[in-house]
Amino acid sequence: MEKHDSKIAKWVLIGISVLFFIVMLVMPLIEVIYRSLKDGLELYMSAITAENTLSAIRVTLIATVIALIVNTFFGVVASWLITKFEFRGANVLSTLIDIPFSISPVIAGLAFIMTFGRTGWATPFVDKINEWLGTDISFVFSVPGVVLATIFVTFPFISREIIPVLTAQGRDEEVAASIMGASGFTTFRKITFPHIKWALLYGMILCTARSFGEFGAVYAVSKARGSTFTLPLEIDALYMSGSADSITQSFAVSSILVVMALVILVIRSVVEYIGKKES
Amino acid sequence: MKMAVFKRQKSIIPGFGLTMGITVAMLSLIILIPLASVLAYSFKLSPSEFVELITRPYVLQAFKTSILCSLIAALINCVFGVILAWILVRYNFPGKRLMDGMIELPFALPTAVAGITLTKMYSNTGFIGRALEKIGIKAAYSKMGIIIAMVFIGIPFVVRAIQPVLEKLPSTCEDAAYMLGASRFVTFRKVIFPEIRPALLTGFGLALARGIGEYGSVIYISGNSQKNGTQVVSYIIMQKLNSGSVDYEGAAAIALILLIISFVMLFIINILQHIASKRTNS
Amino acid sequence: MKKRILLLALSAALAVTSLTACGGKKKGSDGLKIVNVSYDPTRELYAEYNEVFKEYYKDKTGKDIEIVQSHGGSGSQARSVIEGNDADVLTLALAHDITAVEEAGLINSGWIEEFEGNSSPYKSTIVFLVRKGNSKNIQDWDDLIKDGVDVITPDPKSSGAADWAVLAIWNYAKNLYNNDEAKMKEFLGKVYDNVLVMDSGARGATTTFVENGQGDVLIDWENEALMTLQEYPDEYEIITPSSSILAEPSVAIVDENADKNGTQELAKEYLEYLYTDEAQRIIGKNFYRPTNEAILNEYKDTFNLSVELCSIDDFGGWDKAYDDFFADGGIFDQVYQK
Repeated sequence: MEKHDSKIAKWVLIGISVLFFIVMLVMPLIEVIYRSLKDGLELYMSAITAENTLSAIRVTLIATVIALIVNTFFGVVASWLITKFEFRGANVLSTLIDIPFSISPVIAGLAFIMTFGRTGWATPFVDKINEWLGTDISFVFSVPGVVLATIFVTFPFISREIIPVLTAQGRDEEVAASIMGASGFTTFRKITFPHIKWALLYGMILCTARSFGEFGAVYAVSKARGSTFTLPLEIDALYMSGSADSITQSFAVSSILVVMALVILVIRSVVEYIGKKES
Repeated sequence: MKMAVFKRQKSIIPGFGLTMGITVAMLSLIILIPLASVLAYSFKLSPSEFVELITRPYVLQAFKTSILCSLIAALINCVFGVILAWILVRYNFPGKRLMDGMIELPFALPTAVAGITLTKMYSNTGFIGRALEKIGIKAAYSKMGIIIAMVFIGIPFVVRAIQPVLEKLPSTCEDAAYMLGASRFVTFRKVIFPEIRPALLTGFGLALARGIGEYGSVIYISGNSQKNGTQVVSYIIMQKLNSGSVDYEGAAAIALILLIISFVMLFIINILQHIASKRTNS
Repeated sequence: MKKRILLLALSAALAVTSLTACGGKKKGSDGLKIVNVSYDPTRELYAEYNEVFKEYYKDKTGKDIEIVQSHGGSGSQARSVIEGNDADVLTLALAHDITAVEEAGLINSGWIEEFEGNSSPYKSTIVFLVRKGNSKNIQDWDDLIKDGVDVITPDPKSSGAADWAVLAIWNYAKNLYNNDEAKMKEFLGKVYDNVLVMDSGARGATTTFVENGQGDVLIDWENEALMTLQEYPDEYEIITPSSSILAEPSVAIVDENADKNGTQELAKEYLEYLYTDEAQRIIGKNFYRPTNEAILNEYKDTFNLSVELCSIDDFGGWDKAYDDFFADGGIFDQVYQK
């Protein structure tokens, strides 16, 4: 296939890409790693084992795991609905699901505050439910609030990956299975699931990556360092702490996220590779 | 009432009611109801107040900056996105897998980290910024800085939209065209480009939408100077909220305009995608 | 397969809820906890003060307490409390931000009388920070309007420091132009025309000036400038203008939250202890001006005590000053939004 492409064109294109790739993606990465280690390993270690950092890691993991579970369930259900049935409004529905993709995270945070904040209209209802259950759950300035904000920003990640696969697959197999009397759940498990499993996994990985890194929306609903802060917020707090040391510490904590991101991307590549081989 | 909107033709596959119920319920709870609050707040302003607010010079300036910068960034991303996707699909070269794997880095890297790091790199104390300053270009704290941040966050959208389409596109078409005497440029324009156009539009739209609303990665590098026109819309929203006179209505009104822009853009993308998938399926 | 996934999901969810549950109850061993919602530059001050207060309280009552700190722009911190951030005490940059919380019904009126000195246990002022050598020769406010001087200062819409700075500039211009308001506005506008980067908060502005090397002069809190000088001893100089303003950061108990959490007394004790000699010395050490004259004198080498300072009373109090200058369409909007 390369026979008619002159070697020059090929290498010029590769050259442009590599240059872009290095300047835009690799150099920021190196910058983070360099800044985090420039004052020695000792400071680095103390930064990533600080109590606030550990608390932030815990909150980040909680939010990510719950967001992943909720969004996986939703993503599978919604994409089945959108691709296996013909109904008016399907386009509107899939657009609505995609909203968090392009919405400013600032607006997402604002929306939660206006709904569940002290002056929000849903607060009396939440209070009633709390009273009734004898609990004290709040959806802003608390871990549940952070979880909710994380779910919001990663909401469409999984359905977006599955829908194209299911669209390409069509409905014939499911229709056949249904005619032969299989239940909806069996049909899904035996027919649909094998088709989407790689796309699903890919979507889950992206969802995880985005959950780790969300800043804007979570920033609005999380104010207490050491109890509701996630890693990105902790990084911001350290960066704003002013001393030269704390800025290095902030990059050290960033490097945790960079390593996590790299691990996730490696897993993604492996998954994609196996998936391609299998199909 | 919902059913009247989401009316369906008879289908043999079971589970319509159940999946519709779950989807609509979760969608409403997590996305629509909170967003409706924003809407409700912005309606507390009378129409004339609303118009007066969003047509204030600094608000218009911010919209102009956000839209213009993300438009330029999305166009840059289209050019580099196509080239990147092309070499990742068509060529073999050392380090290809690594490059392929790292395209999504901007998804995974927190926007605040990206913002801080890019600011350091491109301000005149950072090594790229210093080099650029020598040739008279001021990168950070200018519109260019905003564009750089938006290129960074937008690139995966474009590459990932085009890649699958290019993979499916058999190279035999190009071969045929090329053998029939078409130049490489003509081959690209007449054979390849029409195929990737819908995907490119999708990627363009997503990158654009993401850029217009971006906050974390942009605020550090922009400089927020009204005089230089580097305040972005999401900053204005935050400013309204953080000022001593907490202006919810104003913030919500500007947010509403942003929401409408995002929604319209997404809707167009989805329709384009729908058309494209219909064409490839038939 | 699906069953296994379900089981997995369920157990994961359980594990997570149990994690959150114990996380939520993580308090000092005696269950006493107060949340102090403060503004940006007080991070170091309260980090030190909290340890001292905890020890004092333990000695006095035998109880361990936990103090949670929250920092951010003064205005946005006030907003978070209005929206439900469960603060027991507020320690903000200016009285107006606390008044906003009072107006939301969370603080009893008359809070400003509750503690000594207008409920302001430490003071500060606004000064300039320039790079060593002061190559642009910046000595006073009128040097800021010269061509080619790049000024770094935060956004008065969201930063307490910037609010005090605007008033200090206004006071200077008032003396310069003998109350000619048109000329005063022009002067203020010229200063802000020279602003190169306008961060949302004071800390962000310091970072822009120091870490990212932008601008010739930073208009800053005196305490921030002194701290920067301590961090980078040979790189910066502090310039005190001929006149400035006495900044009085205010503290208050958030009565509604404190009553609900049963921390009213602890909160009162926490804020009162700020006026003790021990705390006043911590305040001085962290570059805030102690209210206690005797202790302020112990630190007379740190602060330039001869500078002429106007006060917020010259502007008719914070509520009036806020409406005049910073509300939508106020003086700041008139000179900056063209």
